[in-house]
Amino acid sequence: MLKTLTRSFRPAAWLGWQVESNWTDPLMFFTFQILRPVASVLILVFMYNAVGRAGAASPIYAYIYLGNAFYIYVGAVMAGASFSILDDRERYRTLKYLYIAPINIPVYLFGRAVARFVTGSIGVVVTLLAGVLFFKVPVNFAAADWPLFFAALALGVLCLAFMGIIIGAWTMTIRNEPWFIGDAVAAAVYLFSGAIFPITILPAFLQPIGFALPMTYWLELLRRALLGPGAAAFPTLAAFSNPQLFAILGGLTLVFGCLAVFAFRYFDRVAREKGMIDAVSNF
Amino acid sequence: MEAIKTNDTGWRLFLRTLVARAYPRVVGQMRETQWIFFETFLPFLATCGYVFVYRAIKAPEDFVGFAVMGGAMTAFWLNVMWLMASQLYWEKENGNLALYIMAPNSLMAILLGMAIGGMFATSLRAAVIMVLGAWLFHVPFVVADFAQLFAVFALTMTALYGLGMLFASLFLLFGREAWQIVQIMQEPVYFLSGFYFPVKSFGFVVALVASLLPLTLGMDAMRQLVFASGPTLGFLSVPIEIGSLSILSIAFIVAAKIWLDKMIRLAVQEGTLTDRRR
Repeated sequence: MLKTLTRSFRPAAWLGWQVESNWTDPLMFFTFQILRPVASVLILVFMYNAVGRAGAASPIYAYIYLGNAFYIYVGAVMAGASFSILDDRERYRTLKYLYIAPINIPVYLFGRAVARFVTGSIGVVVTLLAGVLFFKVPVNFAAADWPLFFAALALGVLCLAFMGIIIGAWTMTIRNEPWFIGDAVAAAVYLFSGAIFPITILPAFLQPIGFALPMTYWLELLRRALLGPGAAAFPTLAAFSNPQLFAILGGLTLVFGCLAVFAFRYFDRVAREKGMIDAVSNF
Repeated sequence: MEAIKTNDTGWRLFLRTLVARAYPRVVGQMRETQWIFFETFLPFLATCGYVFVYRAIKAPEDFVGFAVMGGAMTAFWLNVMWLMASQLYWEKENGNLALYIMAPNSLMAILLGMAIGGMFATSLRAAVIMVLGAWLFHVPFVVADFAQLFAVFALTMTALYGLGMLFASLFLLFGREAWQIVQIMQEPVYFLSGFYFPVKSFGFVVALVASLLPLTLGMDAMRQLVFASGPTLGFLSVPIEIGSLSILSIAFIVAAKIWLDKMIRLAVQEGTLTDRRR
């Protein structure tokens, strides 16, 4: 266990951090980390203000803002695992060397996800602070339920990492245009998990997809932790208490954890058999 | 082995190069069924997200149309950035750029062919997003003037792909940063160009600065021409926006030519610009 951590996890996290950050100077890196998420949330703020009916006090405003802010983790951790595989296989062409090194590949992927979690956190924190300071998002940091917040955050990010391992392993088996997989899944999660609108707005036949996604419950818990009772203003998950939401999120995390183990074994075998470990799609 | 001889020079060579580069862009993109699916599917998912946001905040139905139009136009920005601006950088990474520089063809013709081919293929995808969005979300289009709409679209594309040609040469001067810069410019441009909301919301000064991006004025003018409430939410009048887009088109294409010439000079003199460095 300790050897796996030393050989696979720690170097992967460090490598991930280097890949993410060493292409430029710290100032440019910091700008890069905050520009995209802030612009993304500004689109929603201006959309909301362009319609301009309810103002920042309306529960939907905070709902949209916080959902979009925490969705950064979905792109960073879950879709990031797919991009890590592709970076290693196609861009830096090092995956074949990683495979013959005495490391544990899923743990390596987990380490890369942690690096992306750290870089993603910069965007999340800046977006949240900007929301409170400049865009009137009604979050009172002093009154927030921090134990609930950190517990939900940790469980959700763990679930995202498991989903990332599944997508990353799947990516290994795809030869043509594998770049779209991470983006496609992240886009689907954005739409169906109610990140920026309550899932009751979706057509009825699509709502079950939202209820099956762990991110739906994760985002709800994070909103409740930061907003308090105001977060429960939408009927979507109002019937569930915090412990119930935790139980659902925990159960789904366990399911995705098991799926990640089996998916990695399966896709790893397929990738080896098809000679995909050192394949280059000549992007 | 005897070298292939051709009498084509000057404009004939320019036109042949243009057609030769546009052809694989159209055919290649049509052959990649996964590209067609994902380049239509991904912007469409994002568009749906923004449509549902407008529905959640009970916006007027025209705003749903704004989101659908914005989603369709993202296809052009993505095409310009990933398959135009970054193209010479990819060629450098694949080791082909030196061949481009050595060939007797004009690099401008190669980029122009790439632009025309890309524009054609992307227009089909944007049309699919537009039609699908309009059908699913019952977008109420009220076209005020087809001639002006065509002029705005054509000028927006000319200016946009001119900007792409300018970026193509600028990106060569970057190393690994090119990759990150393409990514970094995505959401900020969606925001500044008002892909999903009227750019008038920025106020005059910010909207004026944002108008340096061709899609800002192009989308504002198109919104005014195809939606009933468009004129009340427009930033500038359509004729002024058409005039401004004409100026932007000329400015970007001239700037692209100047930078390309500069880049070719650098490539020949220093001999390092075309190297794959990784």
